[in-house]
Amino acid sequence: MYLSVFASCLLLAAYSLVTRSTISPAVPVTATPEEFKPYAETIPGTQVKFEMVAIPGGTYQMGSPATEPHRPSDEGPQHPVTIRPFWMGKYEVTWDEYDLFAFGTGIEKSPNRTGTTNSEEQQVADAITRPTPPYADPTFGYGRSGHPAISMTHHAAMEYTRWLSAKTGKIYRLPTEAEWEYACRAGSTAAYSFGDDAAKLGEYAWYSANNSSRPHRVGRKKPNAWGLYDMEGNVAEWVLDLYDKDFYKTINPLIPAVGPVLLPTEQEYPYVVRGGGWTDAAADLRCAARRASTDEWSRQDPQLPQSIWWHTDATFVGFRIVRPVEEQENLEGLKSKVKKLE
Amino acid sequence: MNGSDTERDARSSRRAFLKTSTMAMAGGVAAQFGVLPAVHAAGSDEIRVGLIGCGERGTGAAQNAIESSPGVKLMAMGDVFADHIDKSLANLEKVRDSVDVPEDRRFVGFDAYEKVLASDVNYVILATPPGFRPLHLKAAVTAGKNIFAEKPVAVDGPGIRSVLEAHEEAKTKGLAIGVGTQRRHQAGYRETMKRIQDGAIGEIVEARVYWNQGPIWVHPRQDGWSDMEWQLRNWYYFTWLCGDHIVEQHVHNLDVANWALKSHPIGAVGLGGRQVRTGPEYGNIYDHFAVDYEYEKGVRVASYCRQMPNCENNVSEALVGSKGFCQANKYSITGPRPWQFPGQDNKPYTQEHTDLIASIRAGKPYNELKTVAESTLTAILGRMAAYTGKAVTWDQALNSKEDLMPSRVDWDAKLDVAPVAMPGQTEPV
Repeated sequence: MYLSVFASCLLLAAYSLVTRSTISPAVPVTATPEEFKPYAETIPGTQVKFEMVAIPGGTYQMGSPATEPHRPSDEGPQHPVTIRPFWMGKYEVTWDEYDLFAFGTGIEKSPNRTGTTNSEEQQVADAITRPTPPYADPTFGYGRSGHPAISMTHHAAMEYTRWLSAKTGKIYRLPTEAEWEYACRAGSTAAYSFGDDAAKLGEYAWYSANNSSRPHRVGRKKPNAWGLYDMEGNVAEWVLDLYDKDFYKTINPLIPAVGPVLLPTEQEYPYVVRGGGWTDAAADLRCAARRASTDEWSRQDPQLPQSIWWHTDATFVGFRIVRPVEEQENLEGLKSKVKKLE
Repeated sequence: MNGSDTERDARSSRRAFLKTSTMAMAGGVAAQFGVLPAVHAAGSDEIRVGLIGCGERGTGAAQNAIESSPGVKLMAMGDVFADHIDKSLANLEKVRDSVDVPEDRRFVGFDAYEKVLASDVNYVILATPPGFRPLHLKAAVTAGKNIFAEKPVAVDGPGIRSVLEAHEEAKTKGLAIGVGTQRRHQAGYRETMKRIQDGAIGEIVEARVYWNQGPIWVHPRQDGWSDMEWQLRNWYYFTWLCGDHIVEQHVHNLDVANWALKSHPIGAVGLGGRQVRTGPEYGNIYDHFAVDYEYEKGVRVASYCRQMPNCENNVSEALVGSKGFCQANKYSITGPRPWQFPGQDNKPYTQEHTDLIASIRAGKPYNELKTVAESTLTAILGRMAAYTGKAVTWDQALNSKEDLMPSRVDWDAKLDVAPVAMPGQTEPV
C-alpha cells in the first residue's frame, strides 16, 4: 500500500511537535521537508562518496500473511506500522567506505599534513574505537572496491554509523527492522518488491540460483520501485533490532505502531539481518523474511573472547545506512552496548 | 512451529547441513578409532583439563574442549602472568559449571607448567607462545598426559628434533596428541582432501598457498617492563618466541600443501624482509615472505605470507593437478570431476577436541604430532631460506644447530633483541 507524500509531511509535522529537543548540538538535524531529496555525500577528508535516497514516510503492513508460500511463523502476525521519512543508502555500504573506518585508510592523520587543526567532527570521529585487525582476510577474496563490505559484526556496523555520524555531522545509523522492510517493499504487498513471481528474482537480486559463488559489485541489478539497489540478495543486511521470533505478536494489530524497534542490548546475538544474500534461496529474499545472527557466524574465531568486530563465517552479511529526517526519541544517542571483556 | 518453519530450516541447507556434517564426522572418527563408549559417567573417563598458557587462544581452546564433549572439566591453569589467568577465568564465565580452578590450582611463573603437570589432570592444553612448545611437549609426555598442543609446535630445528622425540615416546606410552591445525578437523577440508587423495585432480603438480593479511596487535614497551616482560607480552615480534609469522600463522596453509601432497618439501629458496614494520616495537621479525618450495618429483609449492596494512589480502590454498584444479579453502574442485562441498562447515576448533577426546575414550588415542612437526619444519625451512637468501634443504633445517631459546629464561634475564636477519649476510646454521 502507498501513502501519499502529503500524508507523510503531515506526519512529520505532527511528530516534530511532540519531539523534545534533546538532539546533541554537535550533530544537528538540519533537514527540512523542502530539502528532503536524494543527495550524495563525500566522507570528509577522503574522495569516497555515498548516495542517499529520500524515502517518504508512510504506513504499511509489516510481516507476511500466513498464506504466503514459504512463510515461517516469525513473520506474523502482520501488523500496521507507521514509518517517518528518512534517507536510505542507495547501495549497500562498500569496502571503499568501510575500509576508511575499519582500517583508517585514506584518512588524514591528526594533526593533518597541511598543518591545520582538524575539525571538531574529525576529532570526535578519531576518538571512536576502530575495529581490531582481523586475523584473516575479511573480504575472503570476494573483491574489495565497489563490493559490499562483509563479515562485520552487528556491533561493528553500528560503530561504523557512529563514526560516519561524527565525521559528517549528520545522524547516520542502521535502519530499524520496520524501516528496512518498508523500504524493501517500496509499496509492494507481495512476497517480493516486484511481485510474487520468484522467476523474476534474478533481474533484481544476486542469490543462490543465479550466482552461487560470491557477492557482487553493488548496483548491478534492477533497483526496487524507490530506487534502492540490492535490497533483495547480494548481502543480507544488518538492521538495528534484536531478533525475537515473537516480537510481532507483542504489537497491537489494529493501531499502527509508530517506529517499532527492539533495541539492541549488550548481547552479541541474536540480531536481525534482512533481504537474504548470495548464499540464500529465493524464499529467504522475500521482503518479510527474517534471519537471526548466531555464534555460528564466528565458529572459526579461535580466541576467547571472540572478536566483537569480525565474524569469521558470515561472508553473506553486510549492511546499509539510513539517516532519519527527525530522529525518533528512543533512538537518540543510541550506541552499541557490546563490549569486549578486558 | 508450523510447516513452513520446518521447511525454512530444511531450505537453509547450510544451516541444516551443519548437524549432519558434525555427526558424519563423529561417525567417521568412531569408525576409524573403534566404537565410542555409549555413556560417559562422570568418573573414570572424565577429562580433567590443565591449561598451560592462558591468553585468548588458550582460553578459547579451554572453552572449545569443554564444549566438545560431555564430562570435560578445566581443573588447573598456568601462565607466566597472573593477569592472564584472571582475565581467562572471567572470560570462561559462560562455561563456569565446567571450570573448577580454585586459587591453589592457579600457577604463575616460568615453572607454572610443571605445577599444572603435577596436578591431577589427564589432558593438557599447551597454548603459550610457540617458543616454549618443545619444552612443554616433552614435559607433558614425560608426565604421561594426553595433550592438545597449539600450532606451531616449535620455532627452530632443535625444537623440532625434541618434538619428534616426544612423539616417539608418546607413541610408546599410548598418549593422545592433537595439534591445532584445525583445518584437518574441518568438514569441508576433510571432504575436499579425501577427494584429492582419491585422485579427483590426478597427480598434484603444483600448489600455491597464501596468508596475506593486514597487521596484527602490537604492545610497545611500557615503563617498568623488563626485557623479558616486554618480549613475552609482545611475543609475536620475537623470533625465539613466535618463529616469525611464516611459522606462527602461515603454517596452516603449508600444512594443507603437505596434507594434499602426503609429504614434505626437500628444499626451499625464499625472499622476505621488513618494509613497513620497521620500528623497535616490531622486534626482529619480517613482514613479508615469498618461498619457492621443492618437493619430490619436481613438484613446487609457491608460498606467500604478508602482514601489511592496505594491501591485497588473500588466505587460501590452490592445488594444481594433472587432471583438474582444487581451490582447497573454497572446497571446490574443477576439471573432469568437478565437485563442490555441498553444505556448511562444522566448528573446527571444537571438533579437534571432540575427535581427540573420542579417541582417548575409545582406547585408540591418535597422535598428530609428527605430521604437524613436519608442517612446522616446512615453515621453519622457508624462514631459513628467506633469512639467509640461500637454498636450504630439509635436512639442513631438521639438523640446524640454531637454538633460538635464550640461554637463561627468567624475569631479570638480559635479552637483547637479536638483529633482523639480512639475506646474503645471515648464514644458515
